[in-house]
Amino acid sequence: MELERHEYDVVVVGAGGAGLRAAIEAHENGARTAVVCKSLLGKAHTVMAEGGIAAAMANLYPEDNWRVHFRDTMRGGKMLNHWRMAQLHAQEAPDRVRELEDWGALFDRTADGLISQRDFGGHRYARLAHVGDRTGLELIRTLQQRTVALGIDVYMECTVTRLLTDDDGVTGAFGYWRESGRFVAWQAPSVVLATGGIGKSYKVTSNSWEYTGDGHSLALQAGATLVNMEFVQFHPTGMVWPPSVRGILVTESVRGDGGVLKNSAGNRFMFDYIPDFFRKETAETEDEADRWYDDKKNNRRPPELLPRDEVARAINSEVKAGRGTPHGGVFLDIASRRSAEYIRKRLPSMYHQFKELAEVDITAEAMEVGPTCHYVMGGVEVDPDTEAARVPGLFAAGEVAGGMHGSNRLGGNSLSDLLVFGRRAGLAAAEHALKRIDRIALPDEALADAARAALAPFDREGGENPYAVQHDLQQTMHDLVGIIRTAPEMEQALERIAALKERVANLSVEGHRQYNPGWHLALDLPHMLVVSECIARAALERQESRGGHTRDDFPATDAEWARTNLVCSRAPDGSVALTRQPLPQMPGELAEIFEEVS
Amino acid sequence: MTYAASFRVWRGDVTGGDLQDFTVDVNEGEVVLDVIHRLQATQAGDLAVRWNCKAGKCGSCSAEINGRPRLMCMTRMSTFGEGDTVTVTPLRTFPVIRDLVTDVSYNYDKAAQIPAFNPRPREADGSHRMQQVDVERSQEFRKCIECFLCQDTCHVIRDHEGNKGAFAGPRYLIRLAELDMHPLDVTDRRDAAQDDFGLGYCNITKCCSEVCPEGIHLTDNGIIPLKERVVDRRFDPLTWLGSKIGRRPKD
Repeated sequence: MELERHEYDVVVVGAGGAGLRAAIEAHENGARTAVVCKSLLGKAHTVMAEGGIAAAMANLYPEDNWRVHFRDTMRGGKMLNHWRMAQLHAQEAPDRVRELEDWGALFDRTADGLISQRDFGGHRYARLAHVGDRTGLELIRTLQQRTVALGIDVYMECTVTRLLTDDDGVTGAFGYWRESGRFVAWQAPSVVLATGGIGKSYKVTSNSWEYTGDGHSLALQAGATLVNMEFVQFHPTGMVWPPSVRGILVTESVRGDGGVLKNSAGNRFMFDYIPDFFRKETAETEDEADRWYDDKKNNRRPPELLPRDEVARAINSEVKAGRGTPHGGVFLDIASRRSAEYIRKRLPSMYHQFKELAEVDITAEAMEVGPTCHYVMGGVEVDPDTEAARVPGLFAAGEVAGGMHGSNRLGGNSLSDLLVFGRRAGLAAAEHALKRIDRIALPDEALADAARAALAPFDREGGENPYAVQHDLQQTMHDLVGIIRTAPEMEQALERIAALKERVANLSVEGHRQYNPGWHLALDLPHMLVVSECIARAALERQESRGGHTRDDFPATDAEWARTNLVCSRAPDGSVALTRQPLPQMPGELAEIFEEVS
Repeated sequence: MTYAASFRVWRGDVTGGDLQDFTVDVNEGEVVLDVIHRLQATQAGDLAVRWNCKAGKCGSCSAEINGRPRLMCMTRMSTFGEGDTVTVTPLRTFPVIRDLVTDVSYNYDKAAQIPAFNPRPREADGSHRMQQVDVERSQEFRKCIECFLCQDTCHVIRDHEGNKGAFAGPRYLIRLAELDMHPLDVTDRRDAAQDDFGLGYCNITKCCSEVCPEGIHLTDNGIIPLKERVVDRRFDPLTWLGSKIGRRPKD
């Protein structure tokens, strides 16, 4: 078998914010480090993040500190977050933002010349370091340029199809060059998964083709566990018209900067959807809400800036009740509330996006928006301090890791998550590698087996088209495991997923191995299916509604489930096994924070 | 609303290829990339194309549409008549890999050669203070999504393969301008801009600015000011004399 082979201490899979930050840290700790990514460097999904990086830097509000950020994060996640991850995240995010400046990032400034911070849903103070509404681009470019400056090896347009392990843990990874279809293997005692999310299993999503859940699936196959997979975030504001752009993200900054949601009758309906859990901190009248933008001390937050799960559910209800827009969304209006100049300055890429793709001038008219699959809170179960999975040598950071965001992620907490835990994963991976470096090998049989599996779709004649199977999976998840869920629908989804698995085993692809998207999709589909199964199984099991998981048949939160996590693992027969696990309990000194900050 | 459009798509690889004709459905509001995806799903499963965000933010789906360098995800089908044939070809300046995918490693090689960002130390309180007006000049260039359409259209390399060694292309000239204007950076790259990255090859025809999907004024705001800074340094006799006798600072 023709095979290109490499040896490293640390191999990072994924070149978004978490992957690049992990690689930088591993390299700086002396590890021979490689980054493997499916797209060109600088194109990862992080580039699409718009609003900002949440960090309690207190540049605008001296009252802000990590304890308030910690509290906001835990409450946003309906207290299901791993407390230790939420703590580390809140404590370390400001330093992670500052070091980006040392690497060339240029954030928008305050009048004092410090990094400016903007308001976002669920955050008590203006906290998001940003660059207009293209913060993700700034983050990825900064980390990309740092990676290049350090001379870290990057394998671009290269897909990992399998993790390699022995009895003592990770030994490397196997994949193919997308360009040539040729195989490549990396021998390494530490592998960091930073592969992002799962949105491509859904029909309406803000996610790119890369979001196939491959990291989740690779981890599961290697013997690691996934936690909180039932929690999928539907971002409240995706584009709804024209159909071809349905799902493309409309940043929460529109609301953070003063935009409001209205139904077809012109009412600011969010005032009708304030849950008791957030009533004390949410404005009751439009006047109070409008005053809050300038005076946060004496007024409470507008309900448009409730956490995303609340807003998405409210929009869904308005549309179902017949108060939606002509294209099945609601109106997001900033045109009537802010000057055209302000809008173009603060939201340049939203202005551009609507102008180019929908022929809508957002400085003059309202946008039509509706929920779109955006983020998976669930992911690889990791140790909070080191991001180590249950398999020695395997680490996970960013969206592919679970626990940090509980049942719902606050906007802005993703970019900071990438930086904080990307760095920690890179550090721990480098340390682990030192202990194992001379004691691993890649057996030929495992490599040959991985190659055979990858080529199987070419060997079958007359099988099914992978694009048709993908379409049916997306429709299934959209219809049956979407924003509002019921037991019969999810049972039906599991039956359909089982049928889709059989179809995937019979796929065939046309053409040859050189840059062949049909073949690539055929190899992605098993990942998408196993992740979809995890989501559906966990969602069926959790008989309550919490955060990104809403059960029509169990609409309330439940005290027992408040203490319980669901963990997916791979059963010996290859199916997904589900176990209940007690939620880690936070120490008393952290619990006190919820008393002291009201 | 749906109509059958005529598409001609270049298919082939490094050994050669040709334009292939397709008739394909187009729906309201669609962009060229939607139609390419429909071709993949229904008629040509192995049609090679790069894309990621489909929202004009990642700069992956660059191609030439009716001969013009564009992002496929930001080119609406409504800009063509229903009877028009839409021709999609790969970026001509870079070697083709397969179909619409080209080898853009030239760009990554140039990026790696640019002397890295080098900041002044932080202030005593651990922060960097910069005024908004000062960061905005470099921010314009940091909007770049690296779609490489400016590189594709630049005649210095589009028409003269031999210049690729000496000339980094507009994308990297504005990267140099960005670093030059960065309030924190302390490295002087003016000699390198001229000697290593071929600033002098640019004769400011502004083709790059015209095709930039981000509307960056590459020539007016980046390349021309950089040329002026280089000229100040090199050809001002007083500056030259001052630097020789050591009485005048580097700038």
